[in-house]
Amino acid sequence: MLSINNLHVEVEGKEILKGLNLEVGTGEVHAIMGPNGSGKSTLSYVLAGRDGYEVTQGEILFDGKNLLEMEPEERAWAGIFLALQYPVELPGVNNMNFLRESLNAVRKGRGEQELDAVAFMKLVREKAASVKLDEKLLKRSVNAGFSGGEKKRNEILQMAMLEPRLAILDETDSGLDIDALRIVAEGVNLLRSAERSIIMITHYQRLLDYIEPDFVHVLADGRIIRSGGKELALELEDKGYAWVLEENAA
Amino acid sequence: MSAKQDSVDDLVKAGYEHGFVSQVASDTLPPGLNEDTIRFISGKKKEPQWMLDYRLKAYRHWLEMNEPDWAHLRYDPIDFQEISYFSAPKKAGDGPQSLDEVDPELLATYEKLGIPLEEQKALAGVAVDAVFDSVSVATTFRKQLADVGVIFCSISEAVHEYPELIKEYLGSVVPHTDNYFAALNAAVFSDGTFVYIPEGVRCPMELSTYFRINEAKTGQFERTLIVADKGSFVSYLEGCTAPMRDENQLHAAVVELVALEDAKIKYSTVQNWYPGDENGVGGIYNFVTKRGDCRGDRSHISWTQVETGSAITWKYPSCILRGDDSVGEFYSVAVTRGHQQADTGTKMYHMGRNTRSTIVSKGISAAHGQNAYRGLVRMGVKAENARNHTQCDSLLIGDQCGAHTFPYIEVRNPTAKVEHEATTSKISEDQLFYCRQRGLKEEDAVSMIVNGFCKEVFNELPMEFAVEARKLLNITLEGAVG
Repeated sequence: MLSINNLHVEVEGKEILKGLNLEVGTGEVHAIMGPNGSGKSTLSYVLAGRDGYEVTQGEILFDGKNLLEMEPEERAWAGIFLALQYPVELPGVNNMNFLRESLNAVRKGRGEQELDAVAFMKLVREKAASVKLDEKLLKRSVNAGFSGGEKKRNEILQMAMLEPRLAILDETDSGLDIDALRIVAEGVNLLRSAERSIIMITHYQRLLDYIEPDFVHVLADGRIIRSGGKELALELEDKGYAWVLEENAA
Repeated sequence: MSAKQDSVDDLVKAGYEHGFVSQVASDTLPPGLNEDTIRFISGKKKEPQWMLDYRLKAYRHWLEMNEPDWAHLRYDPIDFQEISYFSAPKKAGDGPQSLDEVDPELLATYEKLGIPLEEQKALAGVAVDAVFDSVSVATTFRKQLADVGVIFCSISEAVHEYPELIKEYLGSVVPHTDNYFAALNAAVFSDGTFVYIPEGVRCPMELSTYFRINEAKTGQFERTLIVADKGSFVSYLEGCTAPMRDENQLHAAVVELVALEDAKIKYSTVQNWYPGDENGVGGIYNFVTKRGDCRGDRSHISWTQVETGSAITWKYPSCILRGDDSVGEFYSVAVTRGHQQADTGTKMYHMGRNTRSTIVSKGISAAHGQNAYRGLVRMGVKAENARNHTQCDSLLIGDQCGAHTFPYIEVRNPTAKVEHEATTSKISEDQLFYCRQRGLKEEDAVSMIVNGFCKEVFNELPMEFAVEARKLLNITLEGAVG
């Protein structure tokens, strides 16, 4: 589904990703771990098409298409969803309204019919219940004044609504207490399916206790330096990143 | 991030949609201002002596005054001798008796503006008194209004037909001595609208006037007077556009509202005068005095304005809360982009007991736009338990624009309460990226954020105008993107 080959990315003239390779197959769950400043968030922004991240070399293919030629919204229509580490507040923009505009924009982009108000309401109620998001939050402005856990749950709700083909979770576990983490993880697990791939970017092994990955990669200094199964995460937890870095240097 | 900045800049460079000039033969006075100019205007309108005397008194007072310079605005001095003070579409008789007699070119102009002038369109419930340059060309629905006793006509007609009402109320809220531009208006006002709602009558439809400046180098000095008698209600909408020209045109209007006991006046403005081009050349200078007098107990005056046009906006729709328990409201959205400057706000004079006022001001600045909120809340000695709440929010798009807030608060009664809240925020690249990642096009994202920001004000507009205001805002902020 996703194929990243020799990706080099600069931010403000500084090279952050230095020849990254990654293959993600349909229905697979990949965890990308790594120390601070290794380029984890850069990778997620490049995949989503944020401005300011200049690709100097390499390619990204999504379902065989050149992702780098697509605008951020076109990538969203194609099925790429990025759950942000710090979800953005949109004061004055009603959360329910935002979900509806977003869903209909994506459906339109996919050549599907827009949902009418009744069908939308039914869907949003159902999905909100599945991620245990208080319906009151739907009536408020997007993320404005939400707690950290509420923001993350709101991201997962958006994801549930948009049904992406590739979901990227950027440090979704950061800032969550254990209960909030469990709820968010349950939401993600509900969305696991044979058609949907997930990339989890995380610092800690903790999230992987709740969402079990098929593959674990270590990203360091702009490259993936080691890949393995879920046992790699446990090893990292045990020995820290220094161990991989040293082995890699050797 | 600099590539991103360019796209935000593109976004705010929208063209002006109403920049066409109508080819109508005009009867225009050459530029210049002296007592003869005033006599000419008054003579053209066959005004009675008392009206001419009023104009001359105002003119002589104006000569003694200085142009105000306290606003947060920059512009070259206005040469008042360069302006033509009277322009009327030429016509054969004394004035059109029905739409059939109106110059088709004029009607086509209104068509482009989307004004529902034809009776069928007006069946939607909007009665329109259209002011083209200086003379009212058509008034619809007057008869239906007359059946309930509502007077809705041009101010020129009212001078002839309702002299007692005009003598009693004209200049009673904004006297000719009030300020420089109000004095000028009192001297040279060319036409405008008069509305009278009799006691106990709820005006059966929204009343609406579209003003349009067409003739080059003409100033427009219209005057609006609305009187709501005891227990009556009226909702009035004013919409403005002007053609695209290189030179600056002056618009110095006066609006006076009088609400007697238990009466309510809701006055909504959608102002879309030509703002000048993206280099700041041309555009309307909009110096307007609007004031409402809550003269009776429990009276209520509500101003709602959406200001997207004009090179310069200088206006402070105000309320004099004279009657006990009277209520004043001001809801405003002001957008400045390109090189537009706005210094706008309100004044709430609390004089009566238990008077209440609410101010909600939303300023949006994009590109090089400068937006200032200037507001005065004065609690008088007798304003027992008076209350004011002010909410003043600014939204910045891009990093070359400015937002400024100048609140003035004067409290002379210890039981009065005044609250002021202010915020400034910016449409960030984070927000735009977030919306696009969720599938929205950039311009839809901007429009969603801006509309969310303005929601409290749009909610105050009559439904159909809220839709129009939203569209106007989208057009204003839309650009090359997408």
